[in-house]
Amino acid sequence: MAITVNDVEYVAKLAKLTIADEEMDGYIKKLSAILDYMQQLQEIDTNGVPLTTHVLPLENIFRKDEVKPCLPREKVLANAPDTEDGYFKVPKIF
Amino acid sequence: MSIYDMTINQLQQQLNDKNISSYELTKKYLARIEEIDPVIHAYITVTPEAALEAAKASDERRARGELIGDLDGIPMALKDIFCTDGILTTCASKILANFVPPYNATCWQRLADVGAVLLGKCNLDEFAMGSSTENSAYFATRNPFDIERTPGGSSGGSAAAVAADLAAYTLGTDTGGSVRQPAHYCGVVGIKPTYGLISRFGIIPYASSLDQAGVFAKNVYDCATVLEAVSGHDEKDSTSTPYPIGDYRGACQRDVKGMKIGMPKEFFEEGIDPRTIEIVKKAAEKFAAAGAEVIEVSLPHTKYALPAYYVLACAEASSNLARYDGVRYGVRVDKPTLEEIFCATRSAGFGEEVKRRILLGTYALSSGYYDAYYNKTLQVRTLIKEDYDKVFASGIDCLLTPVTPGPAFKLGEMLDDPLTMYMTDVCTVPINIAGLASMVVPFADIEGLPVGVQLIGAPFSEEKLFTAASAVEVPRRLPPDILKQAVEKGVER
Amino acid sequence: MTEFQTVIGLEFHAELKTKTKIFCSCPTTFAGEPNTHVCPVCLGLPGVLPVLNKRAVELAMKAGLALNCQISPFSKFDRKNYFYPDLPKAYQVTQYPLPICKSGYITVPDADGNEKNIRINRIHLEEDAGKLVHSGESITTSNYSLPDYNRAAVPLIEIVSEPDMASAEEAKAFGDKLKLILEYAGVSDVKMEQGSLRCDVNISLMPKGSDKLGTKVEIKNLNSFRAMHRAIQFEEDRQRRMIERGEKIVQETRTWDEGSGQTLSMRSKENDHDYRYFPEPDLVPTVITPEWIEAVRSELPELPDKREKRLKEECGLSYYDCAQIVATPALAFFFDEVAKIFDDKKTIANWLIGDVSRLINVAEKEYEQIPIAADDLAYLLEQAKSGAINNNSAKAVLEEMFASGKKPAEIISERGFAQISDSSALEEAVKAVIEANAKAAEDFRAGKQQAMGFLMGQVMKATKGQANPNLVKELLAKMLK
Repeated sequence: MAITVNDVEYVAKLAKLTIADEEMDGYIKKLSAILDYMQQLQEIDTNGVPLTTHVLPLENIFRKDEVKPCLPREKVLANAPDTEDGYFKVPKIF
Repeated sequence: MSIYDMTINQLQQQLNDKNISSYELTKKYLARIEEIDPVIHAYITVTPEAALEAAKASDERRARGELIGDLDGIPMALKDIFCTDGILTTCASKILANFVPPYNATCWQRLADVGAVLLGKCNLDEFAMGSSTENSAYFATRNPFDIERTPGGSSGGSAAAVAADLAAYTLGTDTGGSVRQPAHYCGVVGIKPTYGLISRFGIIPYASSLDQAGVFAKNVYDCATVLEAVSGHDEKDSTSTPYPIGDYRGACQRDVKGMKIGMPKEFFEEGIDPRTIEIVKKAAEKFAAAGAEVIEVSLPHTKYALPAYYVLACAEASSNLARYDGVRYGVRVDKPTLEEIFCATRSAGFGEEVKRRILLGTYALSSGYYDAYYNKTLQVRTLIKEDYDKVFASGIDCLLTPVTPGPAFKLGEMLDDPLTMYMTDVCTVPINIAGLASMVVPFADIEGLPVGVQLIGAPFSEEKLFTAASAVEVPRRLPPDILKQAVEKGVER
Repeated sequence: MTEFQTVIGLEFHAELKTKTKIFCSCPTTFAGEPNTHVCPVCLGLPGVLPVLNKRAVELAMKAGLALNCQISPFSKFDRKNYFYPDLPKAYQVTQYPLPICKSGYITVPDADGNEKNIRINRIHLEEDAGKLVHSGESITTSNYSLPDYNRAAVPLIEIVSEPDMASAEEAKAFGDKLKLILEYAGVSDVKMEQGSLRCDVNISLMPKGSDKLGTKVEIKNLNSFRAMHRAIQFEEDRQRRMIERGEKIVQETRTWDEGSGQTLSMRSKENDHDYRYFPEPDLVPTVITPEWIEAVRSELPELPDKREKRLKEECGLSYYDCAQIVATPALAFFFDEVAKIFDDKKTIANWLIGDVSRLINVAEKEYEQIPIAADDLAYLLEQAKSGAINNNSAKAVLEEMFASGKKPAEIISERGFAQISDSSALEEAVKAVIEANAKAAEDFRAGKQQAMGFLMGQVMKATKGQANPNLVKELLAKMLK
């Protein structure tokens, strides 16, 4: 199944990635090869087969509703690219 | 016998006999890193001050008779995917080039609590995506047995560090083979325990339902010692085991006599180097000679594990790696609007393989393709798991298989062919898909390159793996002079 | 001309009343300095993992039970993926195919005053996003924005109704009732002004009698039920005109602009709705047993519908009185407390709706902070009923109870409010008044009933209001025979 330029642009947009024009062919070629390979999954009849989302059959793992210390704000902001008055800072959104 | 040849127990003996202090031992390891690592490139970050300080504290405990355990004072290293409080944690990505976590991964915390001495953080494929460490944003690690070859990946730095005696043991992570394949290529022992045995808290995720930390060590017994220290329930990880952990060291002393070793025929089919198959058969003979019963079994859905792995891992990765948006941490590429920052930061910060997997995963989860890819794969996952459940239910104690089709490949050899590179994981990914326990032990070599065998056990059957592994391992040491020439010549990064 | 029928569905987000966030141990306290109620988990730092708050699950179950839902025996969490600076992980942990509660309903009065059930499709648990402080007036005019993650990962329930409402009035009735039920259940603070209850409207029009739904429009940014009511009316009108002009309704999200009183199109971006939901691998499923459901159900108080019925039937209260009390849960709970000790429910209702409410309002207090104890009010009402003090004194005592926090018995004795109910003690005073007011006494004997009132007043005056009026009347009648 061939992936198209449109497909790649669509998913790149969703993933917030920019694919430069000169990179596009390379991506298409490699992605198509991998998607073709994934296609063999379609050979298997999975009618009525349940989904496995967790390999460990655990359930009801909870935490008590008890407050624990927060991270000191200087540590919260220590890795931030930009801050102002205790906030993180980003330029206008659009 | 050089201290570098010593196991953890032997090192403890030396420390107890005051033949050496932890401080001196750590200095020796740091000196060796300084000498050898410019050739191997196992480390992204070395932390000499913190290491020496920890070693000193250990020596003081020892002097006071307050030693915490068998790992106290022993120098070790972590894959640079484990968060370390106050120490740079890059995940071999440019996007985290400046990230200093304010918390420790639980498994590192557990080691620190028993006196481990951290030498530094080891190289990997960016975000653990790769099989050669060539996807590291910084440099590729070299295989100590042949520096033209890969140490494997993604935990290549951790495996090479143990093989080249740049740490007594290390931790890595394994999502589809990232501990076992480099252990095999570098001639060390590597375990990927059952999903849930080691807490994932503080480990930068690639694919959350497949990721599991593992241990690299010189031999099976060392591996058991470290695994006992890092395993067990963690209240910070909802998916960590609620069960008590096993007696892995005790298991190393048990006899394999009467154990049933399965050989799944699907692991010996086309694409596997005949020399590799021969080696695994030799291992089977060794088991038989020791009184184990070797039985051929079948896991019919094996060939679907690899495509299933790439759908699952990429889908989860596309979501796990979305948080690197340049807002709260990491390297931001400045632009006039946030929308542009998102795209520029992520496009510049991630390497090509990471971007490819994010695109694949986004595609598999996007509307219109979700059922055909993602849901289908979750069903295939059930079928693969059921294959193993049946085999283990039939009385098989563990399975014996090749680790990869062949020995370590040359650096650059597969760089432009991701699919062929993915194929090297064909024998290791089914274990992550099914959430099983698995271990690689060195056994033989092909043209001087180490070759290991893979042992696979039912969930939480690590004790059986340690018994079987102890019976079959042939510990492998790096020939003493092999790196000399390279060190003298120096190697370009 | 075609007549149109409005079809309205509502979505509510209610913040759950837990002490800590849904997946970490940071406090949920409102306000606080920016980025001080956060930790690596709610900041979405690399490698951290969520662990579910059990109380959040139980509060969602409570909401479900209070709203007549089925509690799912098996539910799980999913990731909803999108980028926004208030969303630290770039995905929201929510519940998609398997929510914790399904298929409930709320009863509201329809246009004809009959009872109508509005169905609830589902209730699911999820995490809140952080808050963006904008440098300018709004997001579009700001040069920069400042993320604060204190609110990030506060537990929310999203309650989704079926499109069962036909008017702004019904929608408002649904909202009011939902808010009240959640408040009774103790699930949420439901303060729209603080954002602990938020509401979105889905609205479409179709020709009357048709069963083919029109194109729906979503309205956001409604911070009161009044705004919701106005927005629905505006949107009904806008859509009807468009249809009449032959224009096509666009499926879109619109924002309510309070200032101009209209809904405005929000710039919709393509791709926005491809959220790529998939099961959250970092959390395990929630399995709820019937025993657990019953344990949670036993924590629920009597809910408004049932309570209103009981007050009407058992206590003989009027519709008005019932509604007044039931509308304020704290008042209703207080009513129950007082009624445990003092059994004249009608009197309790009158006092609560009257003087108690008045004093709370004067003191600018919330009903949650009624400063008097239920047993003290019961004592006071008992004193008034038995005649130990008169009604005016009782009011004065209540006032002082509010002001000083003193016990009623203490106030009554300090201020000498105890009524004289001893006839021998009063006979003297009555005799003296009759002698001093011979004319009035004559008038009464001559049949002038009004004179009785005057004479009573004189006795009350002479006794500084402490005489039991019934007794005074009795004595006057006897002595003037």
